[in-house]
Amino acid sequence: MNAPSPAIEVENLVAGYGNRRILHDVTLRVGSGEIMIIMGGSGSGKSTLLRNLLGLDRPSSGTIRLLGRDTGRLNAAERLELQRNIGVSFQGGALLSSLTVGENVALPLREHARLADETIGVMVRVKLEVVNLGGFEHMMPAQLSGGMVKRAALARALAMDPKLLFFDEPSAGLDPVVSSELDDLILKLRDALGMTVVVVTHELESAFKIADRITVLDHGKVLISGTVDDVRNADSERVQDLLHRRSRPVHLSADDYMRRLAGE
Amino acid sequence: MQQLASGIGRAATAVVEEVGYYVALIVESTFWLFFGMARGQPVRLAAIVAQMREAGVAAVPIVFMLSFAIGVMLAIQGIHTLRQYGAETQVVLGIALSVTREFGPLITGVLVAGRSGSALAARIGSMQVNQEIDALRVMGINPVRYLASPAVIALVVMMPLLTLFADLTALFGGAVFCSLELGMSQFAFWDEALSLITVDDVAQGLVKSVVFGLIVAVVGIANGFGVSGGAEGVGRATTRAVVLSISYLVLADMLFTYFLNR
Repeated sequence: MNAPSPAIEVENLVAGYGNRRILHDVTLRVGSGEIMIIMGGSGSGKSTLLRNLLGLDRPSSGTIRLLGRDTGRLNAAERLELQRNIGVSFQGGALLSSLTVGENVALPLREHARLADETIGVMVRVKLEVVNLGGFEHMMPAQLSGGMVKRAALARALAMDPKLLFFDEPSAGLDPVVSSELDDLILKLRDALGMTVVVVTHELESAFKIADRITVLDHGKVLISGTVDDVRNADSERVQDLLHRRSRPVHLSADDYMRRLAGE
Repeated sequence: MQQLASGIGRAATAVVEEVGYYVALIVESTFWLFFGMARGQPVRLAAIVAQMREAGVAAVPIVFMLSFAIGVMLAIQGIHTLRQYGAETQVVLGIALSVTREFGPLITGVLVAGRSGSALAARIGSMQVNQEIDALRVMGINPVRYLASPAVIALVVMMPLLTLFADLTALFGGAVFCSLELGMSQFAFWDEALSLITVDDVAQGLVKSVVFGLIVAVVGIANGFGVSGGAEGVGRATTRAVVLSISYLVLADMLFTYFLNR
């Protein structure tokens, strides 16, 4: 299901830290209303890609368009406007530990919208109901279980009714049942609210369950970007390695190996 | 030799870089205070008040105890020294001037560095580790505006107030000891002390304390934002914040004392 106007367009993105290049020439499109899974092993560059998409890191070159806006050419006010339309749920939840769950969800509303406290209170409870955390608003994040933290983080990400939702490793550290519930929640949200959802994960099962399309990253390059079936039937050996959890052989010539051992 | 030179060079650039970061942090915190409203991101009064309570009001008991002890100590030393000239009653002058010009601001600064500088570094550091800072940024909440500005303002306001309180408490400590040791009445001590202290003496201490407040806040915050490497990193940053801010505090004290007494 390719929607006409893309929510995310990444073109020839090159990014890294210092002299180390992590992403080489990544090009990616996510259609509006689509659930895109970005998959890849550790060190494939998926976290770096996410940080660049979120504007937490600046790319070395290439362009990123979110909701039609080139993120490299925004002034402060335009950036703020864009950020209001983007929700992010971080891997560890990243709830502010000094605030209650309710205050965390209220934070974007308090900071960005001029609303009466009662209105904010109602909106917070609505968002918490959406993620099945009704009645937990007065708890502190430290009192919640892993799955509840993720759902609370999702509620905060949804607070401003974003058009674009990023989800970093939704199932990391959760048991299969809870992580499957979270998957259902993501599907429900997309269907009910028509959001574009980008999920970064290395969990195959959850990826195949919720994805419209999957992008597989490896060593900072896009191996394949296509529908679930495209990816399943891909010829690429590396994609099949990832899908079938095969460990990869290390290709290193004897000379290179000796050189590495000698520390040259 | 070359290694030594390059080592010194690298250390020097690191110091310049760090001090530059402190300055940038002060500029940015101030920017948000004055222009945050126009940018739709005001520095919240509630956050400032919370920081003031945390860094200022909560520090009152410990400031009281330590400055009282300093006052008593100065009285003991002063009387001991002046007794050799038979001039014990002159001790009031010594206590009054050294408390207002030096000990009040310094002891308050060191205390607040230990309490609030470390707390700031630990709080912001653990937020950095837990991606809470990233979360703020993607929500369009500037972390400097949300976390740094209130703390900087709170410390710059509370430090002089605490110092004034420390001055009075230390004088009280001196008065108590003098009345016990020299049979001097409380009234006589205060009367003499207040006639000896000039506005300039108190002002000198307060000017320094404003700078101390700025140092403690900025060094704590900068070390917090600079944390990397998990819980261990937070611990390291906390220690570093306290040691560095006390060092900068003493250095700044020396410089200010020199220039203010020219």
